[in-house]
Amino acid sequence: MPSATRVRRAVIGATSVALLATGCGSSGGSSGSGSSDAQKTFSYQSSEPQNPLQPANANETGGGRILQNLFKGLADYDPSNAQLRMQVADSIDTSDSQTFNVTLKTGWTFHDGTPVKSANFVNAWNWAATTANNQINSSWFSDIEGYQDVHPASGASTKTTMSGLTVVDDTHFTIKLAGKVSYFPYKLGYIAFSPLPDAFFNDPVGYGQKPVGNGPYQFVSWDHNTQVVTKTYPGYMGVDKPKNGGVVFKMYTTAEAAYADLQSNNLDVMDQVPPSALATYKSDLGDRAIDSAQGAIQNIGFTLYQPEWQGANTAKVRQGLSMAIDRNTITKTVLQGSRTPASAWVAEGVEGYKAGTCGDFCNFDPAKAKQLITEGGGVPGNSLKITYNADGGHKEWVDAVCNSIRQNTGVDCVGDPKADFKTARQAITGHQISGAFRTGWVQDYPLNANFLADVYKTGAAANDFGYSSPQFDQLANQADAAPSIQDSATGYQQAEAVLAQDMPAIPLWYYRTNSGYSTNVQNVTFDSFGNPAWTQVEVKG
Amino acid sequence: MPDVHDENDPKPLPPPGSGHLDYVGNQGLLVEQDTLIEPDPAKREEARSLWGDAWRDLRHRPIFLISAALIVLLVIIAIFPGLFTNANPRQSNLVLNYLRRPDWTDFFGAGWFGYDGQGRSIYARVLYGARASITVGICVTLAVTLLGGITGMVAGYFGGWIDSVVSRIIDIFFGIPLLLGALVLLNAFTYRNVWTVVLALAFLGWTQLARVMRGAVLTVKQSDYVVAGKALGAGTGRLMLRHILPNAVAPVIVVATIALGGYITAEATLSFLGIGLQDPTISWGVDISSAQKVIRTAPYVMFFPAAALSITVLAFIMLGDAVRDALDPKLR
Amino acid sequence: MGSYVIRRVLQMIPVFLGATLLIFLMVYTLPGDPIAAMYGDKAADPAQVASLRHQFYLDQPLWKQYLHYMNNILHLDFGTSFTGRSVSSIMADAFPVTIRMALIAFFFEIVVGLPLGVLSGLKRGSVADTLVLLLTLLVISIPVFVLGYIAQTVFATNLGWVTPTVQDSTDITQLLLPGAVLAALSLAYVARLTRTSIGENLRADYIRTATAKGLPRRTIIVRHLLRNSLIPVVTFLGTDLGALMGGAIVTEGIFNVKGVGNILYRAIGQKEGPTVVGIVTVLVIVYLVASLLVDLLYAVLDPRIRYA
Repeated sequence: MPSATRVRRAVIGATSVALLATGCGSSGGSSGSGSSDAQKTFSYQSSEPQNPLQPANANETGGGRILQNLFKGLADYDPSNAQLRMQVADSIDTSDSQTFNVTLKTGWTFHDGTPVKSANFVNAWNWAATTANNQINSSWFSDIEGYQDVHPASGASTKTTMSGLTVVDDTHFTIKLAGKVSYFPYKLGYIAFSPLPDAFFNDPVGYGQKPVGNGPYQFVSWDHNTQVVTKTYPGYMGVDKPKNGGVVFKMYTTAEAAYADLQSNNLDVMDQVPPSALATYKSDLGDRAIDSAQGAIQNIGFTLYQPEWQGANTAKVRQGLSMAIDRNTITKTVLQGSRTPASAWVAEGVEGYKAGTCGDFCNFDPAKAKQLITEGGGVPGNSLKITYNADGGHKEWVDAVCNSIRQNTGVDCVGDPKADFKTARQAITGHQISGAFRTGWVQDYPLNANFLADVYKTGAAANDFGYSSPQFDQLANQADAAPSIQDSATGYQQAEAVLAQDMPAIPLWYYRTNSGYSTNVQNVTFDSFGNPAWTQVEVKG
Repeated sequence: MPDVHDENDPKPLPPPGSGHLDYVGNQGLLVEQDTLIEPDPAKREEARSLWGDAWRDLRHRPIFLISAALIVLLVIIAIFPGLFTNANPRQSNLVLNYLRRPDWTDFFGAGWFGYDGQGRSIYARVLYGARASITVGICVTLAVTLLGGITGMVAGYFGGWIDSVVSRIIDIFFGIPLLLGALVLLNAFTYRNVWTVVLALAFLGWTQLARVMRGAVLTVKQSDYVVAGKALGAGTGRLMLRHILPNAVAPVIVVATIALGGYITAEATLSFLGIGLQDPTISWGVDISSAQKVIRTAPYVMFFPAAALSITVLAFIMLGDAVRDALDPKLR
Repeated sequence: MGSYVIRRVLQMIPVFLGATLLIFLMVYTLPGDPIAAMYGDKAADPAQVASLRHQFYLDQPLWKQYLHYMNNILHLDFGTSFTGRSVSSIMADAFPVTIRMALIAFFFEIVVGLPLGVLSGLKRGSVADTLVLLLTLLVISIPVFVLGYIAQTVFATNLGWVTPTVQDSTDITQLLLPGAVLAALSLAYVARLTRTSIGENLRADYIRTATAKGLPRRTIIVRHLLRNSLIPVVTFLGTDLGALMGGAIVTEGIFNVKGVGNILYRAIGQKEGPTVVGIVTVLVIVYLVASLLVDLLYAVLDPRIRYA
């Protein structure tokens, strides 16, 4: 996942508060003691959705955050421990980690009053997975048996339904996967797995402008580039009943503008304070400032597909480069405390997170860094280019990392900005770059497998390094087939240890949510997705 | 602006291209209407003394002297920034120097202007940043003057279908705003340095000079001595170079000098938007853009590069102003 | 006059086609696949990309895309952006904002720029004249993004008169500050142009005649001098208004004004071909019409000019 601010994949769990780590967030949450009015709405800093509002078609925060309030899938994440919590599903059972039996609760309805039935899930998933429907998140269904029929690697679909999905009756259906994925239910919390009402299939395009969901809030209006208005859905059956009257998503193009609005109480809850306010926001907002951990990590990846970066010895060079970066100072100065130094490849607070996997290699030690780089045969050409996208606010820290590397090891490191995210992505995935590039990952679901399997497995969708380790793959496959989610998480920790030897990417730091809220609201807390716990926000009466 | 200099147009002066660099609907660069001097054919005998007069006039103008001195200084800084400081503009020390405030007792020292958000000497960066700005300004101006001058000359001299085609091409480019075109073009380069920026600005900017040259040539062409030269059998090349060019070049020089400041601004604006120069080139525009993030706590980080940029642009615009006044017979 | 207009309109056609083709080529041949980039860090799925490319007509050869596009334009269909919104509705949102801000900027140019120029031109060499010259020179030298930040810091952060950025782009009072920043450079030009024009006309024969006739100075200035001196200024203003309609990338960006410049800048960043080409096409039309009107205005104002 690239810049956490710009293109973050849609995220789940509208309700979780769990991973609130430190700082004023928690105190802010409890300090509110005034009376609240459950009818009143509050506003949230958002950005214009870049795709129509269809659940499987949002991979950026603008649309994703709206959709996760309009929809509720089979499950989401428990606020207290970030573990799976059943919502529309009564249970999701499996005996072999491959076939899952889903039982639905009764009484759930869409905002148009129609009941939520098994077919609403199965039809929605089949529709979203089918190539011709052009849903950006269609690959989320690729675990399901028969995905190849509706979405072949090339050419048109041969079928419109996946053989792995079977409706038993209105409240029961089964999911058969192509292989064993013990933690598959965790994926079901993702917004792409939402159900769709029957009315959707009559006019998917028109629906994208006026969605009808089954979540805590229902759609009222979309005033393009200005706001999306929602209101509480009285028939919502989830465990997290809204304590407010609705959310108004106000579109901002700059965080500066949003911050100015927050200070004048024209905006109630922020997404992220602008970098220009990081130094002052805590004193500006007092106990209304939020500083909490996020399930996201920033890395520097290497072009391991290039011959000069292959071989066991080059791992030493990468370990040395990692030790030449003064993470502590950079996070405190250039990044103004908006990040915490990383010591592993999985973000803090995620299920299966284990601090210190990186060991000494993530500690700043210029002497050891030089020694390792020399032992490893030096950086090719003694120069290193770090490719990044210029539009994501990365310039400052890339420059700082390069300065740190250059001044401590003599390797001539320069940042290589690409105009924008798209250009940078194309250069990276097209293997048109040389040396290193900015990369990162924002959790799709708060489980360490998401940070490891999707990034470092041979041929994984986000494995831009060309990294291929039989040892890592074997450990990951074992973890996938583990009998329980906990066993799987432990298994992945063993796989993560392999990364310290090979160092395909240097972990830099974890993201934090630096935000705040107005004096109109209280009980505002943020989850590890960087989202406020929407339904828990109380608007003062 | 289609056809402002059309031969059928009796209009003495063309409506100007507005000079606003920020407009998307920008039409041309910093050129005032009165910069378009039509050389007066009646003064042909004094053609040589026009330049002599101008020079004599210029030497006594304080504006000219100040701007020329400034430009000489800037060029020296651009070529030898190391003469003015020992500090390394890329040396960063986050632990000691992160956003350290300006220290006026450190006169002409590294910490004179303070340190930026990377713990680098702002004074050193301001000095080293001059090179990119001056290079872009001068190179783009040379390129557009050559390209535009030749095209304008050919179109104006030969007229007919050549002129029609060239005029339409010029119109097409005028329809595409400079900043917008440069944004789109520079997006195409995977790696950008001074030369890619020069290329983009020159590609989009030459039409302005072509139009000025064409208009000047059209006026000069009708004058008696050119007609006479033609009648006496002077060759095309000789006519163009010896008779028309010296008389048509004055407005081109004036417009080019003033536009130079505009190109410097254009480079800084593009770098500011993140699409111009990039590391390791040191650019005022990039530094100003980075300084946005700390403007609340450390405004001096933005102040010094912004001041340097403004002074540089000011110097070239003042020079252009002075040259115009000296060359403009109407104001003499 | 009529035949002149017809000739000009005919000449506009190749210019219009050329300019749209140029921008079309620039936008559509550049690297950076907008479709693949929709997928974020995940590798784009080839089957899906092919399908999306087909949907947006991107799988055709470039010349076919252009013809297809121009054909749609003729039917007033500007296409659909990747967000699924029609480009027409995007423009319908952005242009009114830009026009409002343009009118504010235009107002400043006239109300501040003109009097300064007249004052300076009539009192050539005075302290006021020098002051105006220096001030305008300064404004011309300061890049607009620096000027924008200065204005924002002084008026919003320090004095607190306005919010640093525009919260509601439909509120005229909020557009005053960005409008003034946008106007600054042209305002300086207007002042200098007026000054030069008045200076030239002061030495014209007709003024000498009028003075010799013994007309009161006031009458000379208002009736003769100003009327004639303002001709080039008015044409400048005409061109400028046309240019202002196109919006301002930097000013709109700094002040968060959701006008044409802002939309355009984001669309270029996101390689939103349909939006970029659509807006530029409209801008080219605005430019062509504005320059024709200015030329005609010139003829109306200056009786010496007759178009054949």
